[in-house]
Amino acid sequence: MDYLLSVATIAGIYIIMALSFYLPFITGQISLAQAGFMAIGAYGSAVCTAKWGIPYVPAVLFGGVIAGVLGFVLGVPALRIKGIYLLLLTLGFGEIIRVVFINFNYVGAAEGFPGIPYQKYTGLYAYAVIFILIIFFSRLRNSRMGRAFQAIGNDETAAEVLGVNITSAKLMAFSVGAFIAGIGGGIFAHYQEYIEPLMFGVMHAVEFIVFVIFGGIQIFWGPIFGAFVLTLLPEFFRAIQEWRMEIYGVLLIVMMIIRPQGVIGLDTIQAIEKLFQKAR
Amino acid sequence: MILEIRDLVKYYDGFCALHEIQMKVQEGKVHAIIGPNGAGKTTLFNLISGMHDITRGEIWFKGKRLNDLKPHLRTELGIGRTFQIVRLFSSLTVLENVMVGRHCRTNAGLFKTFFKFSMKELDEEKDSREQALKWLDFVGLAHKMDQMASNIPHAEQRLVEIARALSLEPDLLLLDEPAAGMNPKETMVLDALIAKISRMGKTILLIEHNMDLVMGISEIISVLNFGEKIAEGRPSEIQDNPAVIEAYLGKKRGN
Repeated sequence: MDYLLSVATIAGIYIIMALSFYLPFITGQISLAQAGFMAIGAYGSAVCTAKWGIPYVPAVLFGGVIAGVLGFVLGVPALRIKGIYLLLLTLGFGEIIRVVFINFNYVGAAEGFPGIPYQKYTGLYAYAVIFILIIFFSRLRNSRMGRAFQAIGNDETAAEVLGVNITSAKLMAFSVGAFIAGIGGGIFAHYQEYIEPLMFGVMHAVEFIVFVIFGGIQIFWGPIFGAFVLTLLPEFFRAIQEWRMEIYGVLLIVMMIIRPQGVIGLDTIQAIEKLFQKAR
Repeated sequence: MILEIRDLVKYYDGFCALHEIQMKVQEGKVHAIIGPNGAGKTTLFNLISGMHDITRGEIWFKGKRLNDLKPHLRTELGIGRTFQIVRLFSSLTVLENVMVGRHCRTNAGLFKTFFKFSMKELDEEKDSREQALKWLDFVGLAHKMDQMASNIPHAEQRLVEIARALSLEPDLLLLDEPAAGMNPKETMVLDALIAKISRMGKTILLIEHNMDLVMGISEIISVLNFGEKIAEGRPSEIQDNPAVIEAYLGKKRGN
């Protein structure tokens, strides 16, 4: 039971991370910096609780806000570039964050940051955050800004000519994405009790992308599904664990060929809705 | 004068796409821009809507200088446009596409979206929906509202683009080859639609290759060729203009 709970908790944290990638992704911004933002949230909140004695909830929020502010700062140069260049910019940023923490003695530098107070109800908090995010994303879909985000992701120029302020919309999506990643990091830190810079390498950022691409990019249930399934599978099939990255690679190629929109698409959601209507 | 173009010059890396264009568009008129392919018609639209930067010259709209205004601010001033190659948002439904046009007339932000406390935001969303539906109905496509924009026929996509541009309440509507890819019957529907929009008092600037459509509907025609304006006048004047005939058909031998 404890084991199941711990797996579900980790899956919950990864769902938050996948959603943090998904928000800027809607506007066409692909970020490899999400692991970096997670690190900022983790270290920021850990310093709050372990060193300054601030309670858990405000500490995690504080970590999220710092990540969000840095997301805003990185979002400004990110406005001007697209595709592979944006990928490189965010990759560089994520790595810089990691290297900064490696050399930051106040938080233990390369040796890591031990003694973070353990949060017994991490699972509860994680799924509460996911619940809030589900409400947020489902409302976003049918809202003015949500439509603007989608429009920008489809065709930035057309969106701009139709009166969408793409500068502010893209910045908003990027920094709120960073904020969500920071919250994920804070929750992660107080579950692990110990964090080190290695935990936030760029491969983790890539994993978040895999969750989203595999799960589905058309609607937010995709990233949730992707993160959940891809975290659980390796846990239950221990043999997979060592070959995880290789399996991800094959999975992505297969997905690109047979179902480029990911497992969960708009059609899936519509089919489920119909099923419920029939059942009634 | 709703739109005034003064000495407009546009270079793309040394290629002169528009040269010293002067143009005055009168309020409430249907003003057509014609010319052979590559004459600079779409370039002109792109400069008016702000998609590309102006090299030299000025564009004035309703007494405001547009040169340094960002595209979305020009739209807010009341310029709506459609595109030569349809640019609907493919991940949105037909109705949602038209609702994007309401963006600059509404204000709900990201956080107000989440905390739906005030009735004002809910009313705004409802109003956007009604307005969008009204314009979809105006182009005769209300019954397609819930389809994905990419799944409807090409001619209908063009009409949705017009509805989307109308929903932002423009005073000036730029239509870039609205009849392209339409069959004669669909073109007739479009013809009637443009006349209806014009009767609503909106100014229409129209790029079109279908001469029957252009000659029938426009009050003033400007002719561009190789980036220069070679003629301007009423349809009857343009039809007999030797410079225009030459641009389209070439010089008569022996002249």
